Amino acid sequence: MDWLRKLILIRCAEEKIGEEFGKAVIKCPCHLVIGQEAPAVGLADHIRPTDKVFGAHRSHAHYLALGGDLHQLMAEVLGKETGCSRGMGGSMHLYQPLVGFHGSVPIVGSTIPIAVGAALSAKMDGKEGIAVSFLGDGATEEGVFHESLNFAANFKLPVIFVVENNLFSSHLHIDLRQPFNSTCRFAEANGIPWVRVDGNDVLAVSQTAGRAISSARKGKGPQFIEAVTYRWRGHVGHREDIDVGVKRKDDLKLWKKRDPIARLVKGMVKKRFLLERDVLEISQKAQEDVLKAWEQASRDPYPTAEALLGRVYYKKKLRL
Amino acid sequence: MRQIKKTSYGHALREGFAYLLKNYPEVFTIGQGLWSPWYVGNTMTDLEKEFGKERVIDTPVAELACTGVAVGAAICGKRPVIIHPRVDFALLALDQVVNQAAKWCHMLGGQVSVPVTIRAIINRGGEQGAQHSQSLHSWFAHIPGLRVVMPSTVQDARDLLIASVLCDDPVMFIDDRWLYELEEKLPPVEEIDLRQQGPIVRKEGTDITLVGCSYSAQQCIEAAEQLSQQGVSAEVVDLRVLNPLKRKVIIGSVAKTGRLLAVDGDWSTCGMAAEVIASAVEQVPPPALRVAPSRITLPDAPAPTSKPLEKAYYFQAKDIVKKAVEMVG
Repeated sequence: MDWLRKLILIRCAEEKIGEEFGKAVIKCPCHLVIGQEAPAVGLADHIRPTDKVFGAHRSHAHYLALGGDLHQLMAEVLGKETGCSRGMGGSMHLYQPLVGFHGSVPIVGSTIPIAVGAALSAKMDGKEGIAVSFLGDGATEEGVFHESLNFAANFKLPVIFVVENNLFSSHLHIDLRQPFNSTCRFAEANGIPWVRVDGNDVLAVSQTAGRAISSARKGKGPQFIEAVTYRWRGHVGHREDIDVGVKRKDDLKLWKKRDPIARLVKGMVKKRFLLERDVLEISQKAQEDVLKAWEQASRDPYPTAEALLGRVYYKKKLRL
Repeated sequence: MRQIKKTSYGHALREGFAYLLKNYPEVFTIGQGLWSPWYVGNTMTDLEKEFGKERVIDTPVAELACTGVAVGAAICGKRPVIIHPRVDFALLALDQVVNQAAKWCHMLGGQVSVPVTIRAIINRGGEQGAQHSQSLHSWFAHIPGLRVVMPSTVQDARDLLIASVLCDDPVMFIDDRWLYELEEKLPPVEEIDLRQQGPIVRKEGTDITLVGCSYSAQQCIEAAEQLSQQGVSAEVVDLRVLNPLKRKVIIGSVAKTGRLLAVDGDWSTCGMAAEVIASAVEQVPPPALRVAPSRITLPDAPAPTSKPLEKAYYFQAKDIVKKAVEMVG
């Protein structure tokens, strides 16, 4: 039930953000996660607030799945002082350390070694902490991905690499970018245990992530999960046909039938864990929450001019 | 009276590292060649034996990932020093330095401290050529959010290293192997706050201001001594911290002497010398400037290997003397 609430909340939030982006009320680039919410939700079950999770450009789901504040997300995409990054980051630079989300950035592959560094730090501390690096299939083409896997394996660090393979990097299908459409071979090459999982099946993701995270906590080194999924919208923005073109329409139709929310609902109703009426209630509640968060964020103030120069360097007193 | 032994610049850096590793458990060092006897000169010799290979980490050949690892550990409360034995190779790590370390604090609303020190070594001369000779400090000084530190003296080598590592912001710490043999008497460590540090007057004078940093500051001091024998009183300003640049000392000195010669062991175009001159031109009132400011830098060409070309490429103290004499007239 918790999965369903999270999946639906993320879907509603993304639809609202998409709608406002379409009206140009939101101006900053937003990479919507609609259709591929399940990997974030399935993994979040196993994360402790002291763990360090890092995202990339498409990270609204990572943030919300971990329990990131909805109002602060809305405020952030609007550039408001009350945002999770105090209006300095926008959609692509999210931060909510209290729930374990330590940052997302849009330079492809950048947070991979940062997560490995967080894992090194966790290993030094010896408190069973782990780090998670969420990345896309495109990021596996970056050199730093390979450097990072080698480093993590060499030093046996507690980091989980989660490739959300949605088959597209921006406009380009993986078949046009790589000789194979699965990225697990890179884990194999570095001696990292890997699992390929149906990324639209939140139960499967959660079970896989649970095992991987538990191994990492026990000192068994890095783990690799490839969650195969699909995004319904274009690379950036609210539309379905921007940059991916109309050519993928048939594929999209197919993938919409694999909707992670509809699948979960179907399974739960079948097993009588859930009534159709419950789904309606959850959806209504999510929509109300999203609307409330949005309205509050819309009324919130922007950062003042001092923020421009006042946040370049960190302000806390030096420890001397 | 007890005789204080002289310490070299290279050993002073090692003292700085040893002090940090001994007193701050959150400090660790990571980089290529840290267990090698020659990668980083004599600046880190046997630290791994004293403090363990878990805190003095030799790495795979992966500048970008290793720098990212240091950034990640810094975000999590460690104070790592990532060491690039040559500036040239550090260029492979630029995304982590420029896009990540320097940006996270601002971009995430001032909530994140990234106390990573990126130490890069200038290792030039000896016919090493274009990809084993660069300094590029002007480039790094261009980046808001990245503090750039270049020590020119033995004491600064140790104390600015300690201050850089204890600073809550990312610091690019650049030291020059041409300085490693420099010797001074070294007082006991006193921790200083990097944010309070900036350019200082190394030698007072009245006729002309020579501004340098790192090795070029030492060249300015040498030139000022030669100039005094010719009856020219040169004041020497050592920049020490190139970014954020505190301009007050430069402006004060030039307002006093009326003449400015900016000296920099980096290229000319968009370089540190240009920034120093711009600071003076913008802020020293015209009547106080007695002649047009000038600069001595490397020629705008990659470093050569051939001996005579190399000799022509690197300026010496006598070149500073010659130019200063011309300017004083």
